[in-house]
Amino acid sequence: MKLLRDIRLLYMDSMRHSFKNPMLIFLSLFQPLMFMLLYMPLLGGLGAVPGITGGGTLNLFIPGLLVMQAIFEGGFVGFSLIDDIRSGLINRLLVTPVSRSAILLGKILRDTTVVLMQCVLITLVALPFGLSLNPVGFLLSLVLYALMGIIMSSISYGFALIYKSDDSLAPTMNTLTLPISLLAGIFLPLALAPLWLQYLGKINPFSYGVDATRELFMGNFLNVNILVGFVVLGVMAVAVFYWTLYQLNKMAK
Amino acid sequence: MSSGNVIETKELKKTFTSKERGNKRIVEAVKGIDLAVRKGEIFGFLGPNGAGKSTTQKMLSTLMLPTGGAAKVLGFDLVKEQAEIRKHVGFVSQSGGADLAASGAENLVLQAQLFGIDAVSAKKSAEEFASRFQMTSFIDRVVNTYSGGQKRRLDIALGMIHNPQLLLLDEPTTGLDPQSRAYLWEEIKKLKSDGITIFLTTQYMDEADKLCDTIAIMDHGQIIITGTPEQLKDSVGGDTIILTFSSEEIAKKAEALLTEQVIFERIQTTDASVHLTIKNGERTMPDLLRLMDGCNFQVQGAMLSRPSLDDVFLKYTGRSLREEAKQ
Ligand SMILES: Nc1ncnc2c1ncn2[C@@H]1O[C@H](COP(=O)(O)OP(=O)(O)OP(=O)(O)O)[C@@H](O)[C@H]1O
Ligand SMILES: [Mg+2]
Repeated sequence: MKLLRDIRLLYMDSMRHSFKNPMLIFLSLFQPLMFMLLYMPLLGGLGAVPGITGGGTLNLFIPGLLVMQAIFEGGFVGFSLIDDIRSGLINRLLVTPVSRSAILLGKILRDTTVVLMQCVLITLVALPFGLSLNPVGFLLSLVLYALMGIIMSSISYGFALIYKSDDSLAPTMNTLTLPISLLAGIFLPLALAPLWLQYLGKINPFSYGVDATRELFMGNFLNVNILVGFVVLGVMAVAVFYWTLYQLNKMAK
Repeated sequence: MSSGNVIETKELKKTFTSKERGNKRIVEAVKGIDLAVRKGEIFGFLGPNGAGKSTTQKMLSTLMLPTGGAAKVLGFDLVKEQAEIRKHVGFVSQSGGADLAASGAENLVLQAQLFGIDAVSAKKSAEEFASRFQMTSFIDRVVNTYSGGQKRRLDIALGMIHNPQLLLLDEPTTGLDPQSRAYLWEEIKKLKSDGITIFLTTQYMDEADKLCDTIAIMDHGQIIITGTPEQLKDSVGGDTIILTFSSEEIAKKAEALLTEQVIFERIQTTDASVHLTIKNGERTMPDLLRLMDGCNFQVQGAMLSRPSLDDVFLKYTGRSLREEAKQ
């Protein structure tokens, strides 16, 4: 009960920060829109792509684009935490009775909200281009994007707590986000890749997310990839969150 | 723990291990201190830079775990009962902790709510604290536009908006103009009259002298001496009486006479003035003047000065705070 109240208070506070400057939320939509306008047409030229059960290029591309959005939007939230550590805000919160999970969850849920808003907006833009979308499947896939947002922003906050410096966080997150997104088969299914690359993809939890959301968009609810996606990302989100919580507790020692 | 003590520490210790180019470096910031802060008093912590004052306060606020020793704050164990301590202690750190991207009012309301206060009451206390600390004219502005002193006032208000029983203030008045400082002193005295215990660190001797019931001087991670401001000043030695004459020649003669007739700790003549270090200066002064008069020495000026906390600080740390600040 107290935990929920703490989370709500800190979430509302973070949201108010984000919406003080709503332009920033739209600004980070620029990149995915560029991909849609300037890169997607290229894929159209490839014709039928193996590894996906029906649907056009758009149905291959948009779920992956949304995964990319979750990875990059979540991956760089750590910088704001570094500011809050420097200003002493985090230390101030640490000596209030507020629960430490709530300090993190307030922020992580805000980041996730932003990711979901962006996912909905990108999808709306894609609809007139001929994206075929199962509404229930889309709603379920939002849960997966939320989990991916939680994972990435937790990782970003965790490293922010370890380094406490922009100079170290930037290269770390760059080094992480690129292979994570490449090895998830974001733009082209990994089924096209040579075997060794496919195996590397298998150890990347986000590749399960991409597979699952592609099936969900099509409404193939019985496909086993969907269940696997939920389980893998769910377990990963919990594990990464506890790692970040551990880093927060460690800082206050 | 004996009743009436709000803070009690035993061998409280903090050691930092930091890595420098692969080599482990150990800093013993607090080397096992014993402190007792009584309920309702204003306890002042003095010490040069790096003495370990902030580290001690961080431990007492539960921000940092001690490396060794034990402590009770408000009767609760510092390590095992952190949750209880956090409810009833307010901490204003040296660097503050306001959210720079929010307004002062938003900061205050959130802080109150995090202590379990409902939204309506939180808003009311925020307004009350804004006027109490003369912040109404800028409280709705975003904090990163505040001046240093304005932000410091907000930091302090944030530390006490939940009406704590114990307030830990780390250099609360640094950066405040004389007027704001005087206001804050009044606020601190009011808190004391409400029965709240205050444990503050300061770089200002006059502040410690005027405000504190008990003072502890810390250096190199250890408490060197604790006492009331009067006790500490007495421990430095006697008062100084300065008698000024019309010439150095006469002053020298007066010195000779005084050396014969009066018991003192030290005597020294510079120019036309005799400096006498003596116990109970206030009571000796009239006798001295009568003696001078009786022997036909024309005293042109007489001054009595009590030892200041500056002298105390100098005696126990071997440094004056002003020298420290220059470094
Ligand atoms: N996280 C840390 N890692 C390593 N050393 C530290 C750390 N924090 C403090 N120290 C060291 O511990 C010592 C005590 O620091 P502290 O901040 O308690 O001093 P202080 O008495 O508050 O000084 P000041 O008057 O300058 O505020 C200093 O030598 C400081 O460099
Ligand atoms: Mg300090």
